[in-house]
Amino acid sequence: MIEQPLLDVRGLSTDYTAKRGGKTVRVQAVKDVSFTLAKREVLGIVGESGCGKTSVGRSIIRLAKPHRGEVIFSGKDIFTTGGDALKQLRLKIRMVFQDPFASLNPRRSIGDSIAETGDIHGLFASKAERHRQVQQALSNVGLDGSFAARYPHELSGGQRQRVGIARAILPAPDVVIADEAVSALDVSVQAQVLNLLADLRESMGLSMIFISHDLGVVGQISDRVAVMYMGRIVETAPTASIIEQPIHPYTRTLMAARPKPDPRIRIKAGIEIGEPPSQFERPAGCPYAKRCPLVTTICTTDDPALRTIAPGRLVACHNV
Amino acid sequence: MIAATRTFLVPFMRRPVAAAGLGILVLMIVTAILAPVLAPYDPSKIDPISRLLPPNAAHWFGTDQFGRDILSRVIYGARLALLIGVGVVSFALITGVPAGVLSALFPRFGRVMMRLIDVLMSFPALLLALGLIVILGRGVSNAILAIGVVYLTTTSRITYGLTLRLRTETYVEAANSMGAGAFWTIRKHVLPNLVSPLLVQASFVFAFAQLSAASLDFLGLGAPPEIPSWGNMLAEGRIFITRAPWLLFFPGFAIAITAFSLNLVGDALRDRLDPRFRDMLRK
Repeated sequence: MIEQPLLDVRGLSTDYTAKRGGKTVRVQAVKDVSFTLAKREVLGIVGESGCGKTSVGRSIIRLAKPHRGEVIFSGKDIFTTGGDALKQLRLKIRMVFQDPFASLNPRRSIGDSIAETGDIHGLFASKAERHRQVQQALSNVGLDGSFAARYPHELSGGQRQRVGIARAILPAPDVVIADEAVSALDVSVQAQVLNLLADLRESMGLSMIFISHDLGVVGQISDRVAVMYMGRIVETAPTASIIEQPIHPYTRTLMAARPKPDPRIRIKAGIEIGEPPSQFERPAGCPYAKRCPLVTTICTTDDPALRTIAPGRLVACHNV
Repeated sequence: MIAATRTFLVPFMRRPVAAAGLGILVLMIVTAILAPVLAPYDPSKIDPISRLLPPNAAHWFGTDQFGRDILSRVIYGARLALLIGVGVVSFALITGVPAGVLSALFPRFGRVMMRLIDVLMSFPALLLALGLIVILGRGVSNAILAIGVVYLTTTSRITYGLTLRLRTETYVEAANSMGAGAFWTIRKHVLPNLVSPLLVQASFVFAFAQLSAASLDFLGLGAPPEIPSWGNMLAEGRIFITRAPWLLFFPGFAIAITAFSLNLVGDALRDRLDPRFRDMLRK
């Protein structure tokens, strides 16, 4: 437990400004999000669409600039690094994107796409070395070497996502961020890609941040799960405990709403009332107050902070 | 090399209309190059005795008011048409593509650049070309420049729009997340994806350049009158339209068929260059 976390996210907040009816409105996509990621750990981030989970992932690879907060990777804040340290960062933290078709340039061969990072940063000493590494990456994701010469449109969704993973792991990274990496795939293919990610984590010693709206998928691969709601983390816990004993009312609702394999078991508990509040008019107090079955007066005035209620369990709620 | 030529020709073999377009284009290029060999007469040789002859065995396309052979003049006209087309397309691409790409990738530069383009586009195309000719003076290279400026506007606009879209593609974001710079993005992601739409655009520009050049010639502001261009032939022959329609028919037909065939070729090439269409054609 004393071990230094690999990635330490502290107080990350991301704002977007949007124009609405001629007025500029500030949207807080991410609000004061903090978490750590240990070496070889898989952290799942779940939440409904628009809850800010993707913004968190994009901030860590510097695709989105956060308003406040810092991300410490191997002792340095990633937003202030430059030069050679930044290059190392690009190689050590990698992203697998959601849409496996859109994330590959239709005009570049699979081999070129996989080798792109290496080409950008001049990692390959020779053409032979480039070829060898591409072949290695392909075989690591269970694809035949002949795929290097093919083009994205010739591949199935699952194959494309394997290519996306091969591109991510080519420079032997420390952290892979998978943003809805299996959401666009069929269920059977999802399982294959999840197994692949789990295998790679073992063989390459990867840490992963696995972002998804699908609790079932996140539960399968993660050691620990963070639940996000309206830009905030409302609960974090080891995967087993969050599934068996969710504490935050939102997490409970999420768990209850999971599809059951047996159609005779109806979803009874925790049906949500109403829509989540608008991002543009964030209510005072707890953002979940309007829908929460446990709501009390304090919830409408004070935004609850994340507090430890058991070892490894953090919950942001006044009433649990 | 043989394989490359063969794959280039595949879309044309499957599409007879496109093949005809390519055939006409090739014919035009060959005609332009071999004009001195192909032309039966000197295109500028005046022969007062055989004035305004209708098409006959000695003069297949007839003769004009000075007795010059129209077939020979149409053949020599292909040279200027080719020069105008290649010149205008090159100018429009060389200036318009960088303007569009850089405007899309660097918004500050783009705001200024695109407003300049807007100003140019606010003039009717021919008026803009005429205005430039007035400033630059009459002549073939100035005609190319003036028409080139007209089509630089549309070319940069198209490039700008396409690049804006490409910039938000996930694979460009992926490249950015891997540390790709602007130059890398342009070279590996933007330009390759611009090739086929710009090829179609180039074919349009080539086709419309013919029409614009003919218009300038017709107004006496294009190629000097001593040069046998199709537009000049139309201008000189227009007063004889009822008495000797062949004076206008043959150069007019040459302009129309050149413009038309270019569009056919552009379409076929677009289908060829897009990998998604490529497989459809292979089947």
